[in-house]
Amino acid sequence: MLRLENVSLAMNHESGENKDILNNINIKFEPGKLYAVTGPNGGGKSSIAKVIMGIYKHTKGNIYFNDEEISQLNVTERAQRGIAYAFQQPPRFKGLRITDILKTAQPNMDSIGLRRHLRDVGLCPEDYLDRDMGPGLSGGEIKRIEIAQVLAREAKISIFDEPEAGVDLWTIQRLMGIIVNKYKQNQDSTAIIITHNERALPLCDEIIVIEDGAVKASGTPTEIWPLIKEEIECKKRLECRGEFGYEF
Amino acid sequence: MNFNDQDMKLLHAITDLDMIPAGAINIRRDGEAVIRVSSPNIKVYPKEDKPGLNVEVKPGTKNETVHVPVLVTKAGFHDKVYNTFIVGEDADVTIIAGCGIHNDSHSDSGHDGIHEIIVKKGARMRYVEKHYGEGKGRGKRLLNPTTVIRVESGAYAELEMIQIEGVDDTFRSTVAHVADKANLKVIERLLTHGEQSAVSEIDAYIEGQDGSAQILSRSVAKDKSSQVFKAGLIGKTECLGHVECDSIIMGNAVIKATPQLVAEDARAVLTHEAAIGKIAGEQLIKLMSLGLTEQQAVDTIIDGFLR
Repeated sequence: MLRLENVSLAMNHESGENKDILNNINIKFEPGKLYAVTGPNGGGKSSIAKVIMGIYKHTKGNIYFNDEEISQLNVTERAQRGIAYAFQQPPRFKGLRITDILKTAQPNMDSIGLRRHLRDVGLCPEDYLDRDMGPGLSGGEIKRIEIAQVLAREAKISIFDEPEAGVDLWTIQRLMGIIVNKYKQNQDSTAIIITHNERALPLCDEIIVIEDGAVKASGTPTEIWPLIKEEIECKKRLECRGEFGYEF
Repeated sequence: MNFNDQDMKLLHAITDLDMIPAGAINIRRDGEAVIRVSSPNIKVYPKEDKPGLNVEVKPGTKNETVHVPVLVTKAGFHDKVYNTFIVGEDADVTIIAGCGIHNDSHSDSGHDGIHEIIVKKGARMRYVEKHYGEGKGRGKRLLNPTTVIRVESGAYAELEMIQIEGVDDTFRSTVAHVADKANLKVIERLLTHGEQSAVSEIDAYIEGQDGSAQILSRSVAKDKSSQVFKAGLIGKTECLGHVECDSIIMGNAVIKATPQLVAEDARAVLTHEAAIGKIAGEQLIKLMSLGLTEQQAVDTIIDGFLR
């Protein structure tokens, strides 16, 4: 469905020098599968998502979507082909209502569909449909609406960039559950979750670990989990000792 | 009363009407009243000393609407009208005003509406004034509304003033006097493009204890257009006031926004926010990632912002 072949990305750094963000990325995303992309902060996970969506223009390599080379397509064209992206930090829109943004995501959606997608992300339709997408909403609410938009699009490939970021603990598991259930049962579409959520990782069909702009490892959860489990447990031990600045 | 398609198009643009509604109404076209109807509770009658109307709402009138739109369709015609609205005690009404100009000529057409509004004790009033211009000629379409409003004790008034399209030059002046426990809300929405120019000056004097006033302005300036927005809140006693000016600037447009707070009493609480900026790139990218083109994304953001 989607192939990244030798994809590299370089961007201007504050120092004025070109900095390599992604190096020779080769990944194949198959239809009907749920992928987790994980790895340390700053490793290049979100950059991969933005390159797929066309927000960043990769400097080398090719991207194929359903065997079409899409490197030259802009964001709109890629969206129209069936790629959807839930931003890690979605923007706000003063004056646009939640109804408006969901209908932009899926113009054919009726009011039953609108309500269902809001309920799926834990928001009461009666309270939220007519609310403004401006500063009156919390970051967590904006994030849930962002996820609802991508779920509503019914795209061929859906990318969720850290859906857990900014969302309360009670809602994280609910959102992860909805994403996992929706895409685990759908043979026609693919989902990519960029996540650090250790409960979500084992539920995916494949885990891809990105570090320093390269694919460090990829495979099934059974293959990959032992590699990253040690790092997660190590991080927890450091946290408990207060080395990350917290005291318990 | 004969309304052609052009009249009905203008009428729809400023009032959303597709037909002449029941109830109190006055439609003025090219300086003359073409329809004037009073209702049992709302009396509409002409002024004797100058062009214009008196609209009197009986005390206690509830949930009625009066329409007083103005159409200017004659080439080179400049209309000037004086209207007085008196909303009786404890009434609750909506006034739909506004002006639409069609000008295909090379002469300027315009309308100066000079309004006095008195919202009596305990009454509630919503006043909607939408301005719209169209036409292919080089003649300008000019609209200069002046409004003086008095909101009496415990009353509520909401002024919604909208100028969305086709007006070349406008100078809008609004002065409000807010009494004790009264509440005023002014909402202004403005779009300018091409080489259009718009000036809006609002001064709200909060004169009574526990009175409040809120001025909210949203505007979009495109191309080479210019906008000047001055909003002043003058707190003369213990009161609350807030001014918010929010603008999107595009192309080579110029926007000058000046919120002004004057407290003449230590118990007055007055605040303001002002922001001018272009459409954020991330907003465009977000909407494009939902399948909109860049232009569709811009239009969606502006339509929402000015709603």
